[in-house]
Amino acid sequence: MKRKHRRLVLILGGMAVLSAAVALVLVAFQETVTFFYSPSEIQAKAPPAERAFRLGGLVEEGSVRKAADGLTVAFRVTDLSASVPVTYRGILPDLFREGQGVVTEGRMGADGTFVADEVLAKHDENYMPREVADALKKSGQWKGADAKE
Amino acid sequence: MIPEIGHFALILALAVALLQGSLPMIGAARGRAAWMALAEPAALLQLVFVLTAFLALMHAYVTSDFTVANVAQNSNSKLPLLYKISGTWGNHEGSMLLWILILAVFGAAVALFGSNLPAPLRARVLSVQSWIAIGFLAFSLFTSNPFARMFPPPPDGADLNPLLQDPGLAFHPPMLYLGYVGFSMAFSFAIAALIEGRVDAAWARWVRPWTLAAWCFLTGGIALGSWWAYYELGWGGWWFWDPVENVSFMPWLLGTALLHSAIVVEKRDALKTWTVLLAILTFSLSLIGTFIVRSGLLTSVHAFATDPERGVFILVLLCLTIGGSLMLFAIRAPALKGGGLFAPISRESGLVLNNLLLAVACATVFLGTMYPLFAEAFGYKATVGAPYFNLTFVPIMTPLIAIMALGPMLSWKRADLAGVLGRMKAALAAAVAATLLALYLSGGPVGPALGMGLAAWLFIGALSEWAGRIKLLRVHPSESWRRALTLPRSAHGMTLAHAGMAVAIVGIVGSASWKVEEILIMRPGDSVAVAGYDYRLEGVNRVQGPNYVSDMAQITVTRDGRPVTVQRPERRLYTVQQMPTTEAAIHTTGLADLYTAIGDPDGRGGHTVRVFYEPLVPWIWAGSILMMLGGAVSLSDRRLRIGAPRRTCPAPNTGTAAAKA
Repeated sequence: MKRKHRRLVLILGGMAVLSAAVALVLVAFQETVTFFYSPSEIQAKAPPAERAFRLGGLVEEGSVRKAADGLTVAFRVTDLSASVPVTYRGILPDLFREGQGVVTEGRMGADGTFVADEVLAKHDENYMPREVADALKKSGQWKGADAKE
Repeated sequence: MIPEIGHFALILALAVALLQGSLPMIGAARGRAAWMALAEPAALLQLVFVLTAFLALMHAYVTSDFTVANVAQNSNSKLPLLYKISGTWGNHEGSMLLWILILAVFGAAVALFGSNLPAPLRARVLSVQSWIAIGFLAFSLFTSNPFARMFPPPPDGADLNPLLQDPGLAFHPPMLYLGYVGFSMAFSFAIAALIEGRVDAAWARWVRPWTLAAWCFLTGGIALGSWWAYYELGWGGWWFWDPVENVSFMPWLLGTALLHSAIVVEKRDALKTWTVLLAILTFSLSLIGTFIVRSGLLTSVHAFATDPERGVFILVLLCLTIGGSLMLFAIRAPALKGGGLFAPISRESGLVLNNLLLAVACATVFLGTMYPLFAEAFGYKATVGAPYFNLTFVPIMTPLIAIMALGPMLSWKRADLAGVLGRMKAALAAAVAATLLALYLSGGPVGPALGMGLAAWLFIGALSEWAGRIKLLRVHPSESWRRALTLPRSAHGMTLAHAGMAVAIVGIVGSASWKVEEILIMRPGDSVAVAGYDYRLEGVNRVQGPNYVSDMAQITVTRDGRPVTVQRPERRLYTVQQMPTTEAAIHTTGLADLYTAIGDPDGRGGHTVRVFYEPLVPWIWAGSILMMLGGAVSLSDRRLRIGAPRRTCPAPNTGTAAAKA
C-alpha cells in the first residue's frame, strides 16, 4: 500500500468513528436534555407532563412538611412571585433549608404537584445556583445578593 | 509580620518569573549560553519564594492568625490540626497558591533533573513554564491575595466548610493539582518544540515521564475525590457526572491519549503534530478544570466557593493560554512533518484508534458538560445529566476496551491479526465464562454481564501478553523468572495498569447495575433485610466531637443470624457554621460494601435510615490503585530515567543525571 492509501484508510476510519460519535451525541441530547423552569414559567405555561425537567427557586419559608410515612417530604419552590408544590421521597441533602436556593429534578404530576426524584444540594451555603439567581432576577425579586460575602 | 513576608515573597516570585520567562527565551533564540543558563537558578529561586509564601500562609493557619482575612473566613481555633493545615488550600486564594507552588516544583524539577536536555530546549521549556507562572502569580496577587489583613480581627474564625473536614478531601486537591499542573510540563515541552520547530524521539522520551507522573497523580486525585463523594455525601454513589467531576475527567482522558501517542513518537517517529496538539489540549482542559466550575458558569452539586467576580481575569487568562498556544500550533505545526509508515493493522494503528476513541470520548464529555452554556447561548436553560453520559460514553469506551487487550500484542509497522487473535484464546474463554457466570449469578439483563465479560477479556488479555513476553509455562519457570527480571519495567507497568483498568471496570459495571437501596424510618429495635444481610438499629446516641455534635447510630449487621459487623453512621452538626453533614458507615467484604447512613429524626423516636448494598465498589478503588501503581512502576523504568537517545551532540553528563534522577 502506498503512503497515500494508508493515510486514506486512517482518515476514513477516523471519519467513521467521528460520524458515529456525532450521531450518538445528537440522539443522546435529544433523549436526555433536561429543561429548567422557574415557578413563574410553569404558572404561565405548563410544561409537557411526560418529560422530566428541573425546577429551581427558593424553598418557601414554612412550607416544608413531612408526610405520615416519615420519608416523603412536601414543600413549595418559589421565585417569590409564583410557587409550585413539590413532593420528594428520600433523605434531603444536608444543606436543604427553608429560604435557601434549591434545584429539583422530576416530573409534573396530574394534580399540579411536582414529583421530584432528585433534590440537588450545594456544598456551600453561600452558593446560589445560577439558574435560581436568574429566575429570581427575572421575577424581579432578586435582593442583590451578588455581594455574597 | 510573617504574612507580609509571604506576600513579599510572592511579589519576588513574580519578578523572578518575569525574568525567567524572557531572558532564557531570547537567549535560546540568539544562541547566548549565559542567558539560557539563567533559567535554572531562576526556576529554583522561584520555588524558594513561592514555598516561602505558601509556608507563611500555612503558618497563619496553624497559629490561627485571624488578622489574615483568609484565615478568619476559613478556619477556627477549635479546628483539628490536620484541617488547619489542609485549610491552607481549602479555599480559593490558598488553592491558587498551592497551584502555583506545584507549578514551581515542576519547574524546579526540570532545572534539577534536566541536565541531559539540550540547553536551548531546557531554556525554552523553563521559559514557557514561567509564562504560566506569571499568569497565575498575577492572578493571585491582583485578584486573590491570600495575605490580605483584616481589621479588627474577629475573636474567632468562621470555620472551614465542614465537608472539607475530612482526610479524603484534605489530600484530594493536592493530588488533583499535581495532575493538572503536571500536564503543564507536557505543554511547556510542546510549546518549546513548536518554537524550535522540532519534535523527535528524544523529545518524546523527555515528555513521557512527566506526562506519566501527572497521569498517576490525576488518577489518584480523581479516585480520591470519588471515594470522598462516596462515603461523605451519604448518597451511596461514587460518580455523578457532575461538572466538577467531568472537568477533572476530561484531562485524564486526553492525558491517557497523550501517554500513548508519545510512545508512537518515541518509537516510530510518527504522530508528531497530533501529540503536540494533545499536549496543548490536555493542559488547556486542566486549566478549564481549575477554573470553569470555580467561575460559577456551570451549576455543580459539588462546587464549593465560587467567585464570578474574578471571572473576567480567568477568561482572559484562559483565552491567552489556549488561544495563543493553538495559534502557535497552527503556524508552526506544518514544520513538524515526518514520520514512519505503518499498515492499517499494526501497533501504531491500534494506538491511533486508542487516541481517536479517547479524544472522541473526551469530546462527548465536553459537549455534555458545556451544554448548559450552549443552551443559554440559544436562549433557553437546559442541562444533560447522567443519562446523556451513559448513552454516549459507554458505546465509545466499549470498543476501546476491546482493542485495549489486543493492542500490546500487535507488532510495530505491520501486524498479523490472525496470530494475535490466536493468542487471545484464553482471554476469549475467560470473557465467555465471566459473562455466563454474571448472567447466572445476577439472573438479570445481558448488558452488565457483557460488561463483566469485557473486563475479563481485558484482564486475561493483558496477562496473556505479559505471560507471552516471559514465556510463562513454555519454558522452565526459572527461565521465565529471569525473563521477567530483564523485562523493562515499563512493560510490567503497562500490564499492571491495563489489568487495573479491568478491575475498575468490574467495579464500575457491578456497582452501576446491581446496587440495592432501601430508605426507611427505623426506631431502635427495628430491623430490615437488604440483599441477604439483616440490619438492626440498636439506638442513636449524642456524641460530642472537637467542633461538632453528632447523632451516632449503632446498627448491628447479621447474616443468617451470624454477626457480621456493627456500623456507626453519624449525622454531625458543625457548631460554628451550624451545618449538618452525613458520615456514612461502610463495611467492606471485598466483593461488596455494606453502606448505611442516617438522616433526620422524624420527631417520633425514629430516624430516616438509608441502607445500600454496593456490589463491587471496592474493586473500583483497587483498580485505581493498580493503575497508579502501573504508572509508578513504568516511571521507575531505567530507560525513562536515563532519558533520551542523544540528539545531534551527546550530552556530556548523562550519567550524573541518571544518578540524580
